[in-house]
Amino acid sequence: MATVAKEWREIPGRYNLEGSKCPCCKKIYFPKRGLCPKCRRESMGKMEDYNLCREGEVYTYSIIHEAPECNGKLKPYAVALVKTKDEILIATQLADVNLDEVRIGMPVRAVLRKLDSDGPSGVIHYGFKFVPIR
Amino acid sequence: MRDVAIIGIGVTKFGELWNDSFRSIGIEAGLRAIADSKLAGNEIDGIFIGNLSAGRFINQQHIDALIADYSGMATNHIPAVRVEAGGASGGVAFRQGVMAVASGMHDIVLVGGAEKMTDLDDPAINSVVDATADAEWEASMGLTFASLYAMIAQRMIHEGTATREEIASFAVNSHAHGALNPNAQFRKAITLDTVLRSGKVADPLGVFDCAPISDGAAAVVLCPLEEAKKHTDSYVKVSAVEQGSDTLALFQRPDITSFGATVAVAKRAYETAGISPVDVNVAEVHDNYTVSGILALQDLGFYRKGEAGKAVLDGEVTLGGGKLAVNTSGGLKARGHPIGATGIAQIVEIAEQLRGSAGKRQVDNPKYGLAQSVGGTGSAVTVSIMEAI
Repeated sequence: MATVAKEWREIPGRYNLEGSKCPCCKKIYFPKRGLCPKCRRESMGKMEDYNLCREGEVYTYSIIHEAPECNGKLKPYAVALVKTKDEILIATQLADVNLDEVRIGMPVRAVLRKLDSDGPSGVIHYGFKFVPIR
Repeated sequence: MRDVAIIGIGVTKFGELWNDSFRSIGIEAGLRAIADSKLAGNEIDGIFIGNLSAGRFINQQHIDALIADYSGMATNHIPAVRVEAGGASGGVAFRQGVMAVASGMHDIVLVGGAEKMTDLDDPAINSVVDATADAEWEASMGLTFASLYAMIAQRMIHEGTATREEIASFAVNSHAHGALNPNAQFRKAITLDTVLRSGKVADPLGVFDCAPISDGAAAVVLCPLEEAKKHTDSYVKVSAVEQGSDTLALFQRPDITSFGATVAVAKRAYETAGISPVDVNVAEVHDNYTVSGILALQDLGFYRKGEAGKAVLDGEVTLGGGKLAVNTSGGLKARGHPIGATGIAQIVEIAEQLRGSAGKRQVDNPKYGLAQSVGGTGSAVTVSIMEAI
């Protein structure tokens, strides 16, 4: 079973979509990176925190029918790569959505939800999912 | 650098091998390869083993020592190295072995690949496989490995570079060949309808779009090309073995309908071998999902983007269908996919074809064969080119 530390150190990314912006080439990354793969040494130690735009659209998606045990009660459920308005792709679940409605280009926004838990007495994992903008 | 030859090959049956342990399948493949090379065994001075996760599948770390020990090599105190690179573990192990011989550090090397998956139940196995993607930002967010490939398929369909039927047809090709391979997990030809109507895994992909869970092992023996004749008459030349990387997470790529690592590595491999894609007669590509097979045929330069699907659907890559036969072993889908063994089993199949010993699935007089091994969603790729002597 994972420790609590493994959970809380990822909170900025998981809750707030906090990524990194390279001060040299201005490229945005999610999740956080310690250096920009393009600027490398120039950017080391200088990467700035950057909160992704919480709105975007579905770039591609899938409906999961064979799910991990922790999501057994959820299935079938939708997952997507969402392109945020700042043009960053992120992998996420789609929530509060009719599975027949999911399509590429669908406008969505980030919400905070329970992701899963380490069994009945373990850590509960929270993080972002995306829901349709109606 | 020295040219390298494959002088021995060995493979176990692939499938749900309830009676066989990791030790027994690993040793069986290795001993077959050594016997095939006509060596006694004591000549071997190094072992490389591709293995994804014995640690989680059978709760055994340190399988390099286990293999050296149970193959009777530990008493010679030769080095044994375990290699892990997701689904490309076997391909990368092969490259390590070739490099060891090419460099002169080793003279005769055994490269094996082995995986015992079925000692765990399906959810536990899938959790290991999911961790070959980005465990923190893909798997932990509720995405499965299959769903990542399903999203590639969905995007290809959206962009008009493949239809659902074309993608599904890759499994029909794999099964047609698997039916001819005595070591394959599934030895039954299927129709397109079977794939399209199979139970959903991650829409649009169904059960028949996915490689199975398998146990199995494969091995090859390598030596310097100029020494090969001293040992055996049936050997093949390794003309190129290249490897490359890409972002761990699929979502960090500018284009998800092509694997940049495959494109780059294939280009290097063709240059090294001094050939172009049209010279390849037989290829084994990493069809862990049907859509991966379509991607591979395009990224390896056999077809332009948007044209591979139709070619597969039309039977162009099936034995006797065209100038290039693909996945004559049955591929990952029908031969089976014991992950660490897969990359080596591909090399074994190409060697069989180039030696002319592939039986009912023999390609007519092939000169060049290619094997592509993929880890994660294209995060690690090897492309090896072998040449008939």
